[in-house]
Amino acid sequence: MSNAVSALQGVTSKGFVTITEAGLRGMITLRGDLSSAKLKKAVKSAAGVDVPAQRACNSAGDKAVAWMSPDELLVMVPYAEVVDATSRLVKALEGEHALAVNVSDARAVFTIEGEGGREVLAKLSPVDLSRETFTTGMFRRTRLAQAAVAFWMRDETTFELVCFRSEAQYVFDVLSMSARTGSEVGFL
Amino acid sequence: MLILECPYCGVKAEETELHGGGQAHIKRETVGSDDDAFEHYLFTRANPRGVHLERWRHANGCGKWFHAARDTTTLEVFGTYPAQTFEPPKDIIDAITAKRPDWSFKNWQGAT
Repeated sequence: MSNAVSALQGVTSKGFVTITEAGLRGMITLRGDLSSAKLKKAVKSAAGVDVPAQRACNSAGDKAVAWMSPDELLVMVPYAEVVDATSRLVKALEGEHALAVNVSDARAVFTIEGEGGREVLAKLSPVDLSRETFTTGMFRRTRLAQAAVAFWMRDETTFELVCFRSEAQYVFDVLSMSARTGSEVGFL
Repeated sequence: MLILECPYCGVKAEETELHGGGQAHIKRETVGSDDDAFEHYLFTRANPRGVHLERWRHANGCGKWFHAARDTTTLEVFGTYPAQTFEPPKDIIDAITAKRPDWSFKNWQGAT
C-alpha cells in the first residue's frame, strides 16, 4: 500500500486568522434519491447522523454529512475508515439507483481558525457571511476567487473548506493573501 | 449584476456563480426531422428585446440547470423554475403578464 499524503502536507499560514491544510480526510460522494428510506438508513449507519436538510451539514465528532445538491451528499469520515465505509454504503444501497464513490484523494481540506474567518471568505466569495445569515450547520458550495469550493462552520470561529486537490495551492494562496495581517476590514 | 435564485438549492446566486446557457424551451430535432427544422434547431435563436426565457446553470454551486424568465432590456427578473418542463409554469407566466399584459408564451419569439 502506498503512503497517502494530503495535497499540501499540512502547510500553515498565519495572518489575522490561521489557514491550515487539514491533512487527509475521508470523503465519499453519494448520489441517489435523498428521500429514500434505504439511503437514509445507509447514511445514518455510515456517518452516525441523519441526511441533512437543504444546504445544511450534520456532524457528530469526526464524521459529517453535507448536502451538495438535490441528489448528492458528501459523507465525511476519518481517512483510515473511508474504504470500509464506502463498501458498506455500496452494500447497503444494493438495488437502489444510487452511487457511492471514495473521492478522498481528489480533494483538499482547509481549516480557517480565528475571529476574522468570515471576513477572509467574504473577500473571495459571492456569499452573505454576516452573523445573522450564515450560521453554524450551514453548508455552501460556491466559488473562492476562481476555484470551486464548499465551506461550512464547525463553530463560531472555525470554518472548514474543501476544494479540488489540483487547486489546493491556489486556494491556499488566495486564503493566505485574504488573511494577511493589516488587511482586516472589520465589517463582519 | 444579475441575481437569480436557483430553484434546486434555493441560493440567491449572483452572476459569477452562474453560467448562461442561451434560449430555453428549444425543441431538439433529431433523426427523421427535415433539413429546415434541423437548421432552425442548430442555428436560429430568438433575441427578443423584452421578456426572454433562458437556461442557466448553477455552475459554482449545486451544478444544476434551471430556467429563468427575465427582461433583456430592464434586467428585471420575473422568476426561475426547474428545467424539467416544456413550458413555463403558471406562476411564472402570471408574474410576467402582471408586468407585461401583452406577453404570451405562444407569441414569444422562442416558441416553436
